[in-house]
Amino acid sequence: MTSDLSSFAALAPAYPELLLAVGAVVLLLAGVLFSRERSTGLSVISIVLLVAVIAVAIWQPAEGVLFNGGFIVDGFARYMKFLVLGGSAVTLILSTSAAKPFGLDKFEYSILVLLATLGMMVMVSANDLMSLYVGLELQSLALYVVAALRRGDSRATEAGLKYFVLGALASGLLLYGASLVYGFTGLTQLDQIIGAVTGHRSVGLIFGMVFLLAGIAFKISAVPFHMWTPDVYEGAPTPVTAFFSTAPKVAAMALIIRVVTVSFGPLTHDWQQIVVFLSIASMVLAAFAAIGQNNLKRLLAYSSIGHVGFALVGLSAGTAVGVEGVAVYLAIYITMNIGFFAVLLSLRTADGSYVETIPQLAGLAQKRPFVAGIMAVVMFSFIGLPPLAGFFAKWQVFLAAIDAHLFALAIIGVLASAVSAFYYLRIVKVMYFDEPTTDFVAAPAELTAVMAVTGFLLVTYFFTVSSPLYAAAHAAAGSLF
Amino acid sequence: MTDHLLTIVTFLPLLGAAILLFVGDHDDGGKNLARWVALIVSGITFILSLWMWSQFDNSNAGFQFVENYEWIGTSIGYRMGVDGVSVLFVVLTALLTPVVVISSWGSIQTRVRDYMLVFLILETLCIGVFTALDLAMFYVFFEGSLIPMFLIIGIWGGKRRIQAAYKFFFYTFTGSVLMLLAIMAMYWQAGTLDIRKLLAFHFDPRLQFWLWLAFFASFAVKMPMWPFHRWLPEAHVEAPTGGSVILAAILLKLGGYGFIRVSLAMFPDASVTFAPFVFTLSVAAIVITSLVALVQTDMKKLIAYSSVAHMGFVTMGIFSGNAMAVHGAVFQMISHGIVSGALFLCVGVVYDRLHTRDIAAYGGLVSNMPRYAVAFMVFTMANVGLPGTSGFIGEFLTMIGTFQVNTWVVFFAAFGVIFSAAYALYLYRRIVFGALTKPSLKGMLDLNFRELAVLVPLIVLTIFFGFYPAPILDATAASVNLVAENFSKAISTGAALVASVN
Repeated sequence: MTSDLSSFAALAPAYPELLLAVGAVVLLLAGVLFSRERSTGLSVISIVLLVAVIAVAIWQPAEGVLFNGGFIVDGFARYMKFLVLGGSAVTLILSTSAAKPFGLDKFEYSILVLLATLGMMVMVSANDLMSLYVGLELQSLALYVVAALRRGDSRATEAGLKYFVLGALASGLLLYGASLVYGFTGLTQLDQIIGAVTGHRSVGLIFGMVFLLAGIAFKISAVPFHMWTPDVYEGAPTPVTAFFSTAPKVAAMALIIRVVTVSFGPLTHDWQQIVVFLSIASMVLAAFAAIGQNNLKRLLAYSSIGHVGFALVGLSAGTAVGVEGVAVYLAIYITMNIGFFAVLLSLRTADGSYVETIPQLAGLAQKRPFVAGIMAVVMFSFIGLPPLAGFFAKWQVFLAAIDAHLFALAIIGVLASAVSAFYYLRIVKVMYFDEPTTDFVAAPAELTAVMAVTGFLLVTYFFTVSSPLYAAAHAAAGSLF
Repeated sequence: MTDHLLTIVTFLPLLGAAILLFVGDHDDGGKNLARWVALIVSGITFILSLWMWSQFDNSNAGFQFVENYEWIGTSIGYRMGVDGVSVLFVVLTALLTPVVVISSWGSIQTRVRDYMLVFLILETLCIGVFTALDLAMFYVFFEGSLIPMFLIIGIWGGKRRIQAAYKFFFYTFTGSVLMLLAIMAMYWQAGTLDIRKLLAFHFDPRLQFWLWLAFFASFAVKMPMWPFHRWLPEAHVEAPTGGSVILAAILLKLGGYGFIRVSLAMFPDASVTFAPFVFTLSVAAIVITSLVALVQTDMKKLIAYSSVAHMGFVTMGIFSGNAMAVHGAVFQMISHGIVSGALFLCVGVVYDRLHTRDIAAYGGLVSNMPRYAVAFMVFTMANVGLPGTSGFIGEFLTMIGTFQVNTWVVFFAAFGVIFSAAYALYLYRRIVFGALTKPSLKGMLDLNFRELAVLVPLIVLTIFFGFYPAPILDATAASVNLVAENFSKAISTGAALVASVN
């Protein structure tokens, strides 16, 4: 052991993770000791804990490499951590009112979310194949359990099982890739692999890289490794789906960005083909597959596959401009998804069931104009229509693709976005052009607040957050190149 | 105030829309309040735009009232400015929005607040297209106009409104995304999206070829040029009157404005290459859609097809590239904005009374609606291009200008003038003249005060500009001459380059 651990102050860059780990364990003990009816209280405490972690991360901007090089905190990691923490905290807020109807009012729920978030933070900061794997598994195992937390529900258990089996397969691929990389370079630290790469470029190393990327592609649900996504998103309770589609996506994208740019930077040409393929396949398949969907969560699953494809357009460029595009994209993407799920969770019929399918939204604009307005903003933003935030997300990634002369990718991408407009517009059409059929009860205050904030951000992105967000993403991308 | 005049003119309607968010329209009081807010805000915008026009320096060919700030990274800047080509479109948009608000006063009774709100948003976006001096901002406004228009057609439209809204959306959206990529390519070439710098930048002719095509995909659909016009008749037919007015008068002009500002001015070499192609499509539009208009049984569809034909003159003029033809194109766009908007208002007048657009349902309206007959007559004549109306000046200038470039194109285009007389007068005869035999028409009342208030100013403008086009031509002269001059200069240097290589 080096002197890393000699003093607490030396661990400053890892303070947020330490706080979250300790907090989660303490809450777990508290939950076991005082469980029964305290679950709501626990989820509020968990939200407070996440906010505290964000505060610590702001207060302690220390950067550096810790734990024998296995853990790195740089601008990129910090940017992604804010997205992960923000996404987790807001999705916990979304689930407070829905916990009981969805059978999530067990104290384990928020603790598993906290542990998954911890795993994601480790993933984002992973600088070694081993810490990468440990973070990924901590996250994944927590997520499997969360998906199946509603034991009595056959759809949820099916979703959990599917997620587990396919996720385990993905982890296997990733481990295999990691072992190949280690076997052919003798190194596990991400930023050292780069040295071996420049020396000699062996076929075994390329194989290892392909398996690594395949494993991560599973986690970001890029086509052709996307099969689990629609089933899991549909089967899992809605608050859980909201969580799945936000923070874990960000963490896994951060992982793939760090691996390809830091470890395999000089092999741009080799990994670029893979990422371009993943990107095109995801965009095109999602655009067409989503058209026939009637279930809102399934539709969102395809939508999120498509958005991963668009984000990968930026990564395909393999440049700092591209990575900053992905960083902006992810921030806007999770905002849009949070808006979408806030709408879903605030639409509850008088008999207590939540909205599930598109036809149930008919005439929403006349019944609940505010909610319909937010949903319409989210949909137009998903399409990427200016002046909404979704446009500026696409702007950055396609700008990078054009810069890298990936014209075919860019043209296929924008055409896929035109096709994808079809199913997003269908929701607007049903809400605004059709006559109302279903009555909904009033939404809880915290959901209204979340909807108002996301709607405001998406509409006014142009003149409120665009400039600072871009500057932050620029700095984040700069730390990798 | 002149420092930020364009920002105020552009975003004032948006402020009005924000105010409307807090107006409830569940009772008549709320509905009236929403109407008054929309009218006052768009009226002030119009007055400000007139003031801007009065401050506009006609002798200055460059951009005026310029605002310039860096914004998102290095790629997108907040840049505003108008020159002779764009200034009048701003005024036109600001004029027509209050017109639409007044014309919808009684005919729109459902979701009045939302209606006024989307029209104010649409006004901001349309003005923004003409005032943007950054190509990314131009795209933001250009593409953003899809959202309100989609909702206008879909919510307040006719029976087949959903197909029409979708068709409108997908035609224009698919065209525009290619333009988006071209804008990005221009950014990496020129290092900026500032329109003033791009105008001075010379793009590689081989690249120009592709960029021109990408922009064409967007503008040709928006304009619309034959054969990309298929969305237009449906959108017009299904849209409420106000939507049709803005669509015909403003949204179509976004394409023509884009052709002048970007295609012609930034890609002169490609414009020369593609000129025969554009001429062919323009002539096809003029001749074919005029003939198609002749057989229509739906009033709005007929006017929609006539719009496509008139836009054919505009594209023909623009790509002739000489000062006179471009002048004519700009004038034709302004004039068509007034005339076609007014024609749709005229259709709206009788539609509000009888709720059908079927030409066969009318006849002999002159007997009990004499004032309407006069108003409709003036706009029909302007649509035909009768000397003494504004419609004549634009068509005539584009044809003279194009004559210097290509005689045959003008020869065929002249047929369009004849056909336009045929379909317009035929329409007029079937609706206004003849015996008033149909019982449903007997009770129809002549124009009321509100309708007069809307139509009379447009009649005055149509005739005034027909006899005295100077206010428009003076404002556009310097900038159009500059465009034409740069165009011919670029071509001759291009030719010289080719000659020197050979």
